[in-house]
Amino acid sequence: MTLTTEIKDTSPEKLLAPVLSAFWDEERSWTLDVYRRHEGYEGLRKALAMSPDEVIAYVKDSGLRGRGGAGFPTGMKWQFIPQGDGKPHYLVVNADESEPGTCKDIPLLFANPHSLIEGIVIACYAIRSSHAFIYLRGEVVPVLRRLHEAVREAYAAGYLGTNILGSGLDLELTVHAGAGAYICGEETALLDSLEGRRGQPRLRPPFPAVAGLYACPTVVNNVESIASVPAIMQRGKEWFRSMGSEKSPGFTLYSLSGHVASPGQYEAPLGITLRQLLEMSGGMRPGHRLKFWTPGGSSTPMFTDEHLDVPLDYEGVGAAGSMLGTKALQCFDETTCVVRAVTRWTEFYAHESCGKCTPCREGTYWLVQLLRDIEAGKGVMSDLDKLNDIADNINGKSFCALGDGAASPIFSSLKYFREEYEQHITGRGCPFDPAKSTAWADHRTEVNA
Amino acid sequence: MTTSSSERGVSLGMPEPPAPAYPDDVRARLEADAREVIARYPDSRSALLPLLHLVQSEEGHVTRTGMRFCAEMLGLTTAEVTAVATFYTMYRRRPSGDYQVGVCTNTLCAVMGGDAIFEELQEHLGVGNGETTDDGKVTLEHIECNAACDYAPVVMVNWEFFDNQTPDSARRLVDDLRAGRPVTPTRGAPLCTFKETARILAGFPDEREGAVEAGGSAGPASLVGLKLAKGESAPARVVHPRGAASAGAPPHEPSPAEHLSSHDAPQDTSASDPAHPAGPAAEEGE
Repeated sequence: MTLTTEIKDTSPEKLLAPVLSAFWDEERSWTLDVYRRHEGYEGLRKALAMSPDEVIAYVKDSGLRGRGGAGFPTGMKWQFIPQGDGKPHYLVVNADESEPGTCKDIPLLFANPHSLIEGIVIACYAIRSSHAFIYLRGEVVPVLRRLHEAVREAYAAGYLGTNILGSGLDLELTVHAGAGAYICGEETALLDSLEGRRGQPRLRPPFPAVAGLYACPTVVNNVESIASVPAIMQRGKEWFRSMGSEKSPGFTLYSLSGHVASPGQYEAPLGITLRQLLEMSGGMRPGHRLKFWTPGGSSTPMFTDEHLDVPLDYEGVGAAGSMLGTKALQCFDETTCVVRAVTRWTEFYAHESCGKCTPCREGTYWLVQLLRDIEAGKGVMSDLDKLNDIADNINGKSFCALGDGAASPIFSSLKYFREEYEQHITGRGCPFDPAKSTAWADHRTEVNA
Repeated sequence: MTTSSSERGVSLGMPEPPAPAYPDDVRARLEADAREVIARYPDSRSALLPLLHLVQSEEGHVTRTGMRFCAEMLGLTTAEVTAVATFYTMYRRRPSGDYQVGVCTNTLCAVMGGDAIFEELQEHLGVGNGETTDDGKVTLEHIECNAACDYAPVVMVNWEFFDNQTPDSARRLVDDLRAGRPVTPTRGAPLCTFKETARILAGFPDEREGAVEAGGSAGPASLVGLKLAKGESAPARVVHPRGAASAGAPPHEPSPAEHLSSHDAPQDTSASDPAHPAGPAAEEGE
């Protein structure tokens, strides 16, 4: 499908492109049998018929970019692995999905875990790795069950283990459950955690491609990135590039949540807009309008209703002053207090700051103090500049992106909603009623009426 | 990850004697499990997080005995093990209930009603954050984003999903748990106890019949885009109900105070002082 002609069409059949989610509605969609009925492990056969370097080049040519937030080209990450260095190579899949608002990898792994496993085998063939790890956040036991079972099935069917499909490729796959720490979604903290340490980010360089897990060359990829590889191998890079834009090709999972009529997963070519997603899915909840939203989780600067037509791809969102991130579209309506929202996010960052570097550890603490005062009506006007100043001292000056993420809601909310902060200060408190924001708020009004 | 020193049991007096070892039979059983876990990794230390889950599955929380066991199995010091055990929120460091009820109070769930649910459960159970009911059944916690925002507000029990909750449904849920009535998650397998859950987290698959299948292929919100793409639900301007679970009319009126929850965030030490002589840090180069 070519997006340019069809983007103006609002019919969901044409705007959406279910690939990874195409058969989630089938019985036992998570089993090997169902996966094989949908061309499962065919992409692997094609990959094994190529040389490893050809596979890397193919994925690079497809234009696939990381779906975990940063958008780094996946094939290029694979290419960075030094070959013939005599060291073991590792693939580590980042399944530590914890960014507030992000809820795509968990349903993907629950309904279609084999797409990830097939992608892992292809990636390991390409980077010459014989041991891969899935680092799954611990707090999702139903997904862990299905991963255990899918890995067992894949071993039994010869997609994992020794001499896979007669290719001579040997691969062990270990499912590793984390233990509750947002920071472990940061790739170097994840590696430390997987080595049995506290999850704290490492100084780079050296990058994981040179010295990652056990100081060996390591690729760390997001679940959705790796799970997208089998479809690219099977249906071709041209097919993949026919979706999205030149620099942001392909399909991806958009997660709609919050005060919308139909929260859920929408798989579409990159570049769809929030307006299109809302129009096809029933819009905001009845009687309410969009106030602010995040394009890719709480760490991406927030947008307002001015940004409904921003193309949701890496360049489009970047040009509008935010980041595509994880495509977690958290939508809040006019009943929501932006100061309350930002305070809670900031409390989250303060709680999850690993404490390794000073700007983040101290800065998030002081942001929380200031924001709580403002929410409670105890703020003064100069607090707003102080918030901005502290956020500026965290942003770009921290060890890892957690600090930048903590600064994003502060900067963007002050940019778009400074007046609302001022109201909290001049009015000595929060002018919003949190009861009106709840999922059942309007239902109750109807009942009482 | 912030806990007060009294909760950690830190005393400034005499150092504690080494933790007692497990009884021989327990030790033998755990050691066999531990060797299986360690064998999965090229470097034994990588087994530390799973082993902490394993000792938690034995006693319901990570004890000093459990940490000593991990240290001995991996050739680490107990200090090294303690440093890791205290970093991660899923490891409990004191006895807790059979069912850990976690209410998501990160921004989106909080706004959608998670704050009201958490307040309701605190009142109903008579316990605060991280506390356990007298009968030892339920430990109440507020949790961070659990990757189910399209099902907000979300409550997790022993890390199984209870989607689209209300104060009413959450109250019924904890009542059922305390009364021993069977409880079925929205997505996922019938509940097991916290200890049994910890064993799965250590990397031992759930052997219960039907546990993997339970909950179907995908939850309803996971399928909305797919159904639209297949033309199976009428597109545009259709208001979907948010699910039966949200139908109850909750009596609870959230108080303004609950804006300020996040009880384990850093506590107040001193008020921010805008007139402080140090002022904001000077710009570089000034």
